[in-house]
Amino acid sequence: MARMKFLCDAERCIECNGCVTACKNEHEVPWGVNRRRVVTINDGVVGAEKSISVACMHCSDAPCMAVCPVDCFYRTDDGVVLHDKDLCIGCGYCFYACPFGAPQFPQAGAFGLRGKMDKCTFCAGGPEKDQSAAEFQKYGRNRLSEGKLPACAEMCSTKALLGGDGDVIADIYRERVLRRGRGSEVWGWGTAYGPGRPGAQPPQQQQQQPSGTRS
Amino acid sequence: MRRGLLLLSALALAIGLNACGERDQVVVYKQGKYQGKPDGLPWDSESPAAELRGGKWTKGDRNSWEDQIKQRQLAQHEHKRIYQ
Repeated sequence: MARMKFLCDAERCIECNGCVTACKNEHEVPWGVNRRRVVTINDGVVGAEKSISVACMHCSDAPCMAVCPVDCFYRTDDGVVLHDKDLCIGCGYCFYACPFGAPQFPQAGAFGLRGKMDKCTFCAGGPEKDQSAAEFQKYGRNRLSEGKLPACAEMCSTKALLGGDGDVIADIYRERVLRRGRGSEVWGWGTAYGPGRPGAQPPQQQQQQPSGTRS
Repeated sequence: MRRGLLLLSALALAIGLNACGERDQVVVYKQGKYQGKPDGLPWDSESPAAELRGGKWTKGDRNSWEDQIKQRQLAQHEHKRIYQ
């Protein structure tokens, strides 16, 4: 059984905010709500700056589920943590409990009145009819039911953000770390965009495989 | 005529009093259990049209949906995507 997870490679993330933009655009997320954001540490310090894209991590033992007083959270068969906005009372407990700051609250009126909680759905919609207008309005697009992965991961230009079954993306990451070279190869310029010559192999593979094997 | 009027008043009374009925408007909570609506399963949807560039699977078949989503996941692997 798939356990859907995100994995962000801090060596590759270039803080382009493409994932944030992709998410906002895909789900038409309202102003003031960011389901995904890029966090940077040591900003501006040469060689020490690292960025990572953060959203709901769809925890296996999610604290938001544990603290919700109206029990509006559920976990799908794929391990995606979702919630029912019709039940949510906007209390904000999930925001306090979440270590990633994933739950977001749209401002619903004057005096800081909060609306119903909104968060990353792993592009899996919510408890409305799949791909219906109601689902889109409340939760955004349901890409999983279209056989697609989250827009943020598929949009990532350096493929720093991986999304999918935890085992599969962990294997991708592991293999990438083993092949990772030095310099620009650390964040994978050549591997992400190719060497620019047809049939060429990445630097680490040149001695292992004969050239011209590209199909 | 009188009978019809009587019937009509009885009907109006029934409809009118119906609004006064007290129904339980509070969800009966079961601690720790999801209280919301049931969600559909992604593999129960139809495969999207080809121009939407989605996956192809047999509707209702979880394994075929998982197979194609795995192929899509592997497309994130640039070593496999570029150097094939």
